[in-house]
Amino acid sequence: MNEVLQGLLEGARLLVTLDADLVEISLRSLQVSLTALLIASVIAFPLGTLLALQRFRFRRTVIAVLNALMGLPPVVVGLIVYLLLSRSGPFGVLGLLFTPTAMIIAQVIIITPLIASITHQAMRELWAEYHDLLISLNTTKRQRMWTLIRDGRRALLTAALAGFGRAIGEVGAIMIVGGNIDHATRVLTTAIALETGKGDFALALGLGFVLILLAILVNIAIHALSRTETSGRW
Amino acid sequence: MLPLTLSGVTVRRKGKVLLGPVDHVLDGPGLTAVIGPNGAGKSTLLRLMHGVERLSEGHTDWAVPLAEARAQQSFVFQSPVLLRRTVAGNLSYPLQLQGVPKAELPERVRTAAKAAGLQDLTHLPANRLSGGERQKMALARALITRPKVLFLDEPCANLDGHATREIEGLLRNALDAGTRIILATHDMGQVRRLASDIIFLLHGKVAAKGPAAMLQTPDNIQLSAFLNGDIIT
Repeated sequence: MNEVLQGLLEGARLLVTLDADLVEISLRSLQVSLTALLIASVIAFPLGTLLALQRFRFRRTVIAVLNALMGLPPVVVGLIVYLLLSRSGPFGVLGLLFTPTAMIIAQVIIITPLIASITHQAMRELWAEYHDLLISLNTTKRQRMWTLIRDGRRALLTAALAGFGRAIGEVGAIMIVGGNIDHATRVLTTAIALETGKGDFALALGLGFVLILLAILVNIAIHALSRTETSGRW
Repeated sequence: MLPLTLSGVTVRRKGKVLLGPVDHVLDGPGLTAVIGPNGAGKSTLLRLMHGVERLSEGHTDWAVPLAEARAQQSFVFQSPVLLRRTVAGNLSYPLQLQGVPKAELPERVRTAAKAAGLQDLTHLPANRLSGGERQKMALARALITRPKVLFLDEPCANLDGHATREIEGLLRNALDAGTRIILATHDMGQVRRLASDIIFLLHGKVAAKGPAAMLQTPDNIQLSAFLNGDIIT
């Protein structure tokens, strides 16, 4: 228990003194995960909605695969992205390995299936509700998608927050493709792994508490921005 | 866009005939009441006239091209579909789909809401409305595009007398404006109050049809049993 207490104190000390290194890696954590979230959402929202709307031949297969990919092991994703981006890989010329961009790519791959799957679940219910009216009104496919995304935005927010949660706390993939380079690709989770390995549990725990705090703050901020729980069920 | 001609339309699902074969020509002004016991195919008939039911056989023909016909009709469902928006948002939705200029929307919404007696509720989320208000909103939303043909599938099934009277008032106004109405209902009082002609369905087939006056002296034994409240099988 002593270590936990020390960790709390260490975390508080880092926060109060606004430790320069802490601020830097926290901002990088946010930058990487929020960018990944933005890109993944742009892909996953329309994809999940389309899967709820469109009937096509391999629809059930696609949905099953998507659900399975929700549990994609980050280290494996990291490894594959590493091989693709390494000097000898197909995208080696881009020189992206061990940059924040590589970390964003890995995180997009990890969280897109999660966001798409939750989006699909929510949109399927909404589509069941709207189906008769939207068919009756002669809506085009584009209009249906837009209507569902617009009216289901609360559910999309939940999906996005789940994706962000997975991204900000993820360590396996970004460790491999980012390399945990000080002042370049070090983020909160990789720093925690490093400090734990060095035996500096107080610092590791301190960083851990900062990470949890950060996740809570982002959740509160997004909720506040979208005014959930203030104006009725919708 | 009328007449609408149904020739030999049949709807089969999983090897079971739900409706048909039905031949019918829908023409002239007024309100056609579709009556019959549960499962007789009333909803199916309405849906296939509206063009949202897949036909197994036969065809439906409007006097105008299909796209034009579809754009000029509306459908009101038994349980109103609420968009997760305000009442005003629900009312303006069909207009937005049709590309009505944004500047015209508030005025059209205000007029429609006033006609339906919803003028003080437009800012509320639609799920805050009562059952009667929801159905009035659905009807106002169906009428806001000024359709030439309006289908209603038991619109007053879950409503009390007061709400039913309000809905019927709206329907009368629409009739006066020249809207052709096709109404499926269980309420024989409503049929007598509103209908100009009737279609009586039994086991997916038209068992009797004609002007509403035939309800007074039904010459069809099944229709007369149905009107007497007998349970027909």
